[in-house]
Amino acid sequence: MADRLHAANPLIEARQVEKYYSQDGETRIQVIAPTDLAIYPDEILAVLGPSGSGKSTLLRMMTGLSAPSAGTVTWHGQPVTGPCENVSIVFQSFALFPWLTVLENVEAPLKARGVHADERRKRCLKILDTVGLDGFESAYPKELSGGMKQRVGFARALVVEPEVLFMDEPFSALDVLTAENLRGELLELWSDKKLPTRAVFIVTHNIEEAVLLADRIIVLGKNPGRIRTDFRVELPRPRDRKNPVFEQIVDHVYKVLTQPAAVPALDATPAAGTTPATKYQMLPHARPGGVAGLLEILADNTGREDIYKLADELAFEIDDLLPTVEAASMLGYLKVSEGDVEITPEGRVFAEADILERKELFRHAALENASLIKQITRSLEKKANHKLSDEFFHDVLDEHFTEQETRLQLETAIVWGRYAELFDHDSKGKSFFIAEEVPAVNPES
Amino acid sequence: MTSPATSSSQSNQRTWPFLIDLAVFGAILAFLCALAAIGRYWFGAAVPAAEISRSPRALPLYAFYSLVRMATAYLLSLVFAVSYGYIANYSTRWRAVMLAILDILQSIPVLSFLPGVMLAMVALFPTRQMGVEFGSIILIFTGQVWNMAFSFYASLQAIPRELREASRVYRFSRLQTFFQLELPYGAIGLVWNSMVSVAGGWFFLMACEMFVLGNRDFRLPGLGSFLQSAASAGDTTAILWGLGAMIAVIVLIDQCIWRPAIAWSDKFKFEQVESKASGGSFILNLLRRSPLLNRLRHSVVTPLSERAYNRTTSQPDQAAPTQQPLLRVVAGYAFGLLVLAGILWGIFETFRTLRTITSHELVVTVESAGATFLRVAVSLIIASAWAIPAGVAIGFHPKLARIAQPLAQIAASVPATALFPVILLGLISMGGGLGIGSILLMLLGTQWYILFNVIAGAIAIPSDLREVADLFHFSATQRWLTVILPGIYPYLITGLVTASGGAWNASIVAEYFHFKGSVLSTFGLGAQISSATDSGNFALLLLSTMVMATFVVTVNRLLWRPLYRLGETRFRLEN
Repeated sequence: MADRLHAANPLIEARQVEKYYSQDGETRIQVIAPTDLAIYPDEILAVLGPSGSGKSTLLRMMTGLSAPSAGTVTWHGQPVTGPCENVSIVFQSFALFPWLTVLENVEAPLKARGVHADERRKRCLKILDTVGLDGFESAYPKELSGGMKQRVGFARALVVEPEVLFMDEPFSALDVLTAENLRGELLELWSDKKLPTRAVFIVTHNIEEAVLLADRIIVLGKNPGRIRTDFRVELPRPRDRKNPVFEQIVDHVYKVLTQPAAVPALDATPAAGTTPATKYQMLPHARPGGVAGLLEILADNTGREDIYKLADELAFEIDDLLPTVEAASMLGYLKVSEGDVEITPEGRVFAEADILERKELFRHAALENASLIKQITRSLEKKANHKLSDEFFHDVLDEHFTEQETRLQLETAIVWGRYAELFDHDSKGKSFFIAEEVPAVNPES
Repeated sequence: MTSPATSSSQSNQRTWPFLIDLAVFGAILAFLCALAAIGRYWFGAAVPAAEISRSPRALPLYAFYSLVRMATAYLLSLVFAVSYGYIANYSTRWRAVMLAILDILQSIPVLSFLPGVMLAMVALFPTRQMGVEFGSIILIFTGQVWNMAFSFYASLQAIPRELREASRVYRFSRLQTFFQLELPYGAIGLVWNSMVSVAGGWFFLMACEMFVLGNRDFRLPGLGSFLQSAASAGDTTAILWGLGAMIAVIVLIDQCIWRPAIAWSDKFKFEQVESKASGGSFILNLLRRSPLLNRLRHSVVTPLSERAYNRTTSQPDQAAPTQQPLLRVVAGYAFGLLVLAGILWGIFETFRTLRTITSHELVVTVESAGATFLRVAVSLIIASAWAIPAGVAIGFHPKLARIAQPLAQIAASVPATALFPVILLGLISMGGGLGIGSILLMLLGTQWYILFNVIAGAIAIPSDLREVADLFHFSATQRWLTVILPGIYPYLITGLVTASGGAWNASIVAEYFHFKGSVLSTFGLGAQISSATDSGNFALLLLSTMVMATFVVTVNRLLWRPLYRLGETRFRLEN
């Protein structure tokens, strides 16, 4: 394990921390499984994972903002009960106070520590200079561009000289060029030892970003969130994206992220019409139109493609592409192996069909492979009036998912059901129903 | 007057600040004199029933007294609203109870508080004018405070999570969190609700300055009592003088307080991207340029706040929590017991008071509630009938808005109660009575809520939706049903809720009126509350108040809340 390579003591250490929410005291939704994680001095630690893997929750537990449901977090060996004494967070949404000027925003944490006014001003001006905000002291955040705002976020975080600098997807609200630029500057400051911080903990869903920045990468899996791999990146800085080793690491991370088979009972394994196993199958949040688009691209090319390259070509974040890939593979239109996707014969047929045929094909594939779609359809067929309230399905899903996920599952199911013309949903009456004239056979085909 | 915007020449730059300082200095001096005058008056011997002059020469002093009452009541409301909202936000245990209490208190008309408040205050300061004055101030307060408290609570609840986390992770003290996050975030809501509240205060000023309580007569010198006695005597000239004075005061307050406050609160808009400037304020610009005020801020306010922050900074190791639990638990229980005892006593007293109520009185009360309910409904329908089309027209046509909106604002700021005597005179000469008059007064008082909300809603409808309607040649009906009504729906409901609450409250002055030496009244719950106060019949007053609160809260729960929720889910325009 990576931890053993460290001679130093960890700055912040989590032991067997987990997070769960209990619903009506009975069922309990596990968000993060018991996890060990330590932050050591002089390292940039990147945490990667798909959405819903609890990256941000983990960050908030490490900072002491959110208490773990079980397990302990220690700071220099002492248990953490409130927000840690000397950490900072750079937020995805910047979280600046719009009614304070740039200078007042940066001064605020020092004010909280009772630093004298003159000293405060001196330190703020210095840090504003470091992050390249010279001359913007009296501007208000709303007058600044996104990149400049995040610079203020960095200045505010660094001005307290935090032991650990936490960053929660700090670049994902910025455009590509701005993000690249800021990342580069951050790395330069870190390499030149100009950052007044001993360690950096960054949460991201951008794999290249992680490989560019980190000394150590942790990849999280979901349902529940847990560490799937934890390894060191020994590339010298500055790192070159074209370097074969760099590409190899990126590829490795992609494989971990796209290889649900490596871990038993993950959501994307098609249960192929059988009763759901112990783990409830999760519908990937993808649209049928997206699945069709992906298959068309694959069919038009060689039929086999590296996911990473595909995402890159389509200018997609992996987070946005993965659900579509998962959906296509659940329906039997794709095979995923070693970070590559390959279209199946069924997928080719689907890609080449016209719209009405596609609906037909999709209907069969969804009924066969997507247990939630099948369950909703069968339940509705059993009812005499072909109508069931949302609550019914909420109750079914509540045992397996968080409240928010339940809602997303049903929303996805509605989109799929409508596309397949299996069932429809009445948002006013809050119920699922089968329309009277559901066409068993398309009149035109 | 020279516009400050054009004062770019050098000489102007130099003379302006001096003049501003002079004005600021004068204002401070005037304030101190006023304080001395009011102190002398408050600590003077009690004169519960002053002789109210109807001469215009009395008006400046009366306006001053009314203004002081309004200002004190408003400041009290502000402090109370902020504290109440703050506690409700942080105390998860008391929150539900506190919100329910707000809901009920909001539906109780001012007059129902009158006997309790007045008798308590007079008993507290039996020999000083202060007692009566405080009673009147607290009455005004009860008409203003609830919506402000709601607004501040709602703002606190709406603070984005990451801002909260930022203030926690950077270890802001409670004081710093309050001044740098919570108060700024709630400022805009507070300013707008303050305006609504103070307008409500003017509306009920007549009722709060002059009333009969059983065999005791209360008359406090002020604009409200001036108008009231002018109306009682049927003195049209005096009514017009009083009305003029009141409008002048209101316009002055609008210019000197609300405009600057709105312009100032603009900086608390929670937006990441700068939007168009929403109109500045002449006075605010002047104040910002005053060297005297700036120096004051630098050498007094800043060091003081600095010291306050320093005192409250989080110490590295907090020793406080260790001794907290036991003390807290004991204090919590003690407080709980106290509240419980209070509630039990209240229930006991209620039953004791209500014992004298006959079944006939009960029936009449419920019937009169029905009558008032009908009146409220009719006034809402009439208000909607003109305010919706007018509001949509104003919202859709910026040119019209530029002319109509300021006019409507001035019209809305004139308290309908002050106009009421004039209207009644007209009505009576035409052979009408208070039955129609009361609906008219409710209408005058509440139609603005609907109008302004509809204007805001119409402005918020995206222009591409309207372009779709143009492009496909929607018929007028289709346009109203598919674009306009759904578009303004949430705003319309907000306006109707506010208007309905206002109309219920207004019934106490609308259905019962001292006019030309006699009492005009019509069958209704408001009239019953007013006459019960007049005759000192506390049992009937309590009963009517309970019936009114029940009616209003029930209508809110059964009608408005579901409609409101529908607006939040179905008719929400997402951007």
